[in-house]
Amino acid sequence: MIGDETKPKDFRNERGGDHSHIKGWGIDRDPKNDPTYPMKHRTDEEIEGYTWERPEQQPVTVEVLKSVERPNIPAVFGNTVPPSGLSGALRRLAFKYSESSYGRWLPLVMADRIGEVEGIFEDLGNGHIPNLFAEHGLKSEWKYNRKNFVLKSAVTAAAIAGAILLFTRKKRD
Amino acid sequence: MLAMNFRGPFRVRADRDRPFPEIEHPEDAIVKVIRSCICGSDLHLYHGLVPDTRVGSTFGHEFIGEIVEVGSSVEKVKVGDRVMVPFNIACGKCAFCKQELYGQCHEANPQSTAAGGIFGYSHTAGGYNGGQAEYVRVPYADVGPTVIPDWMDPDDAVLLTDVVPTGYQAAEMGGIQEGDTVVVFGAGPIGIMAAKSAWLFGAGRVIVIDQLDYRLEFVKEFAQCEVYNFKHLEDPVVFIKKITDSLGADVCIDAVGCEAAGDTMNTMLGRKLLMQGGSTTALHWAINSVKKGGIVSIVGVYGPIDALVPIGNVVNKGITIRASQASVKRLLPKMIEHVKNGIIDPKAMITHRIPLEEVGEGYHIFSKKLDNCIKTVLIPPSA
Repeated sequence: MIGDETKPKDFRNERGGDHSHIKGWGIDRDPKNDPTYPMKHRTDEEIEGYTWERPEQQPVTVEVLKSVERPNIPAVFGNTVPPSGLSGALRRLAFKYSESSYGRWLPLVMADRIGEVEGIFEDLGNGHIPNLFAEHGLKSEWKYNRKNFVLKSAVTAAAIAGAILLFTRKKRD
Repeated sequence: MLAMNFRGPFRVRADRDRPFPEIEHPEDAIVKVIRSCICGSDLHLYHGLVPDTRVGSTFGHEFIGEIVEVGSSVEKVKVGDRVMVPFNIACGKCAFCKQELYGQCHEANPQSTAAGGIFGYSHTAGGYNGGQAEYVRVPYADVGPTVIPDWMDPDDAVLLTDVVPTGYQAAEMGGIQEGDTVVVFGAGPIGIMAAKSAWLFGAGRVIVIDQLDYRLEFVKEFAQCEVYNFKHLEDPVVFIKKITDSLGADVCIDAVGCEAAGDTMNTMLGRKLLMQGGSTTALHWAINSVKKGGIVSIVGVYGPIDALVPIGNVVNKGITIRASQASVKRLLPKMIEHVKNGIIDPKAMITHRIPLEEVGEGYHIFSKKLDNCIKTVLIPPSA
């Protein structure tokens, strides 16, 4: 790789160079590509507001949280993982605020972290003990990054051993 | 059925007892997944950086499959069709879809007016399950899904659902004129495709900046571009100025997004403390490396919370910023032609094919960049 020792004169922009070795060079070039073309295909409808013929409404069969910035639920939506528990209460609170407010996003970040803990209890409640080794993908860490795996395991083991030692010593005292 | 199950940051697994998707709307289809990918933006979910990513969700917005059931209103696709499904869920009727802004559909996401609907990308993107599963519900089946041509390799097809059009649109939004110097920040799959696509718009020089030598070596070969590792540069912005006649690049592309490395403060604020919508280091470098009057194109994903950017420099330099989720449906016909004509070879980016059952390993390998990973494809047992 070339580093900072490269001198400016080593490089010079030369327009009109020969790019024949690059298959497809320039086939899509478009001098008219201004900042809104062609990403936005302008129509008259864009100035008419919320007037399009809406698709049929998907039935609402679970609790769906809706942004306060829109008047309705869109015609289709995802109905997975409806809000529940403490994380759900936080999500409901968050959706009282607009998308431009921290009040909207910070409770959601907190709800996500609480949801993780709720997920562990849900697993245990269903008789499922999470296989953290597989969920974290540590087989590949062992296979491709063994040195780091051993180091991290040793540090974790030492920390646990230290904590146990500290705890048992305090008890004896 | 078997499907990926998110259990919290850095914890995913494949469960066999996940419920089969059902037709929820007359325009729905159920697709049996043949291939799905782990996208770099899935890692933002995996790392816990996207708000409202609920435990129990199934990720996956890059997938292809066979239609096994359709709703009563579906007319353009039928049971048995093998389709590639754009990651955007789009109605085709709203004011934004009619402007071909399929990434900004207003009839697919109750939770956010900023983001459109995206498969398997948190409730901030509509709360849909994704394609890292054996089966998936696909709304608006007459709009997005596109039949895979008989001649097309499924590995190419699955990359046309996001990576290829997103990289292409990154270059397209750059408004590249013949002979322009284009700098792409990020040598992940999107950056690789952006570099490749920049030539198609007539770029005179294409430069890619990243910190992983193996990815730089790949993109150097794949996209025939110049590559530099920013870890070897004292200051990437000064370096780019030096190699562009001290004026800067005509176009800079941010193909990294919220998990950019290279600046301790941004990493702490954006990735560790979640105090802003991600680490904006690549965007900083793009804004500061582009020429006065130049264009910065952003396809890197950021969170919805505010993020620090040098906006004063944007004003003072007269920069145009263009950004969007790719409009996959708009670009698919052209991308299919480019694959057919051998202009692009998407499947060359695939480095890992992993059974869906081992999804935890797939995410870990991609997240930690182990085994020179560039692109991971998940294959369901029933595919």
